[in-house]
Amino acid sequence: MSEILSPAESQALLLSLQVSGVAISCALPFAFLAALLLARVRFVGKSLVDGIIHLPLVLPPVAVGYLLLVAFGSRGPLGSWLLHNFGVRFVFSWTGAALASALITFPLQVRAIRLALEGSDTGLDEAAGTLGARALDRLLNITLPLAWPGILSGAITAFAASLGEFGAIITFVSNIPGQTQTLPLAIYAALQAPGGETEAARLCALSILLALVFMTAGEFARRRARQ
Amino acid sequence: MSLEVSLQHRHGAFVLDASFATHGGVTALFGPSGAGKTSVVGAIAGLLRPRKGRIAVNGRLLLDTEMRLFVPAAARRIAVVFQDARLFPHMSVKDNLLFGWRRANTKADGATIAHVVELLGLGGLLTRSPQRLSGGEKSRVALGRALLASPDMLLLDEPLASLDAARRNEILPYLERLAREARLPMLYVSHSVEEVARLADEIVVMRDGRVTTQGPAFDLLTDVDAIVGVPPLGAVFEAKVAEHRADGLSLLAFDGGVLTVRRLPQELGTQLRVRLRAEDIMLAREEPRAISANNVLPCIVHAVRASGDEADIQLLCGATRLVARITGASRERLGLEPGVAVFAIVKSVTVEREAG
Repeated sequence: MSEILSPAESQALLLSLQVSGVAISCALPFAFLAALLLARVRFVGKSLVDGIIHLPLVLPPVAVGYLLLVAFGSRGPLGSWLLHNFGVRFVFSWTGAALASALITFPLQVRAIRLALEGSDTGLDEAAGTLGARALDRLLNITLPLAWPGILSGAITAFAASLGEFGAIITFVSNIPGQTQTLPLAIYAALQAPGGETEAARLCALSILLALVFMTAGEFARRRARQ
Repeated sequence: MSLEVSLQHRHGAFVLDASFATHGGVTALFGPSGAGKTSVVGAIAGLLRPRKGRIAVNGRLLLDTEMRLFVPAAARRIAVVFQDARLFPHMSVKDNLLFGWRRANTKADGATIAHVVELLGLGGLLTRSPQRLSGGEKSRVALGRALLASPDMLLLDEPLASLDAARRNEILPYLERLAREARLPMLYVSHSVEEVARLADEIVVMRDGRVTTQGPAFDLLTDVDAIVGVPPLGAVFEAKVAEHRADGLSLLAFDGGVLTVRRLPQELGTQLRVRLRAEDIMLAREEPRAISANNVLPCIVHAVRASGDEADIQLLCGATRLVARITGASRERLGLEPGVAVFAIVKSVTVEREAG
């Protein structure tokens, strides 16, 4: 890889994969629970919850980044609490980039999983119940395996989208090479530097390639889900 | 075994207000589509929570809204065979069969599992995926899965309705063997007269969310008024193999006389369930002579119901009730009124199954 990509380029690529991978896998369980809530439970205020979950999709990413900064900054309420009690710091760190990516792509995951859950047959859940399977048992052995292709497809799509996240990351954790400089941020940095057009174009090509690979994988998973 | 059900529920414009109690064997829940049969099954299984009601199986309370008691489906030990089978598509046939078994408190032993697999002819299907089964095979797997959960009761919600006639005839014998061998109480939901006549010991008739009639199958099937809108199903009663004659015929003794039928394979003394279809009985005011029919039974007219151009005549042959469907014109010509003595000419006798 080092023969094709410069050290800085491969650093940005690996960081992007790391940030997106951690973001998606950490958000997945929460996305599943949120989707389960929306798909299977009837409660008052469901539209409001649905709206809040979808907020990151419609808000400007810069606004999301700013809100994260307010909440998780070293002097923010959540940020200072985490720092004092657990020594966890999000600002100026790749974990912060992962948090921002997770939040931005959360609605995509919830939507895909919710679709999979709503498309699955609740009759099978009922049948499992009459055969002695209790709620958690049914969730693990019926609902989850049946929704799995949908979950996977949602995760891959969200991963691909997460690779492109820019506004929230740069606002929340800034643009630090090796720390928070993912591919889109590296493209931005290259464009800011004099004579960086070639570098930016190379990084763009790399982004397109990555996007295509993961979109194809997502489509493949979706097709398997439909079978 | 006993089943007591009393339900009141409202679902949109549909009002369910049904109560019945049955004892043992196979109970048929019979009625047209939309009568509320599936709601009753859902309530017994714990899939539907009615507004008001009480359900007890063998004296065990599963639902009592006054006591705020609702046993969840998973704890009821009531297995359901759904119309659409509902096999788990991500598991093999074997894992489907063992799904309930693995979760049962008292597990069926290896011999019982082998017996169920044998009874339902599932041996060759175990490693297959449910998606690759035919409709009849799916029904059999669903039935096996329900049996192996060792339930206290089995609910069958039109298990054959989605099958064509050929497949239905493939499954019915299995259900009959089950009713005879498994000694498991069953509630069998159906709108098929044939299935009810073949399987049921007791019948509960529903219409528009209410129970209109209930009672022993032997009585209801011949009752000209029991099931309004449905022609009487014909007499179903028990008879004993009394003699195998040298001329290739067998004699069946029943409470009211003797029927002559083609040679039966069963041993002498075997109790059989016999059906005389209403359409297969002709009536005569005088004893017919020189007639090809083997069975002519002296009867008394017990009740008459005219329906359109037809008339259903309920007859008493000794203690056994029969029913004949004739034309209204014939009825008038013969002057058939309750109390009149007639001769029933039986054109054919259907031996349904061994009684037990």
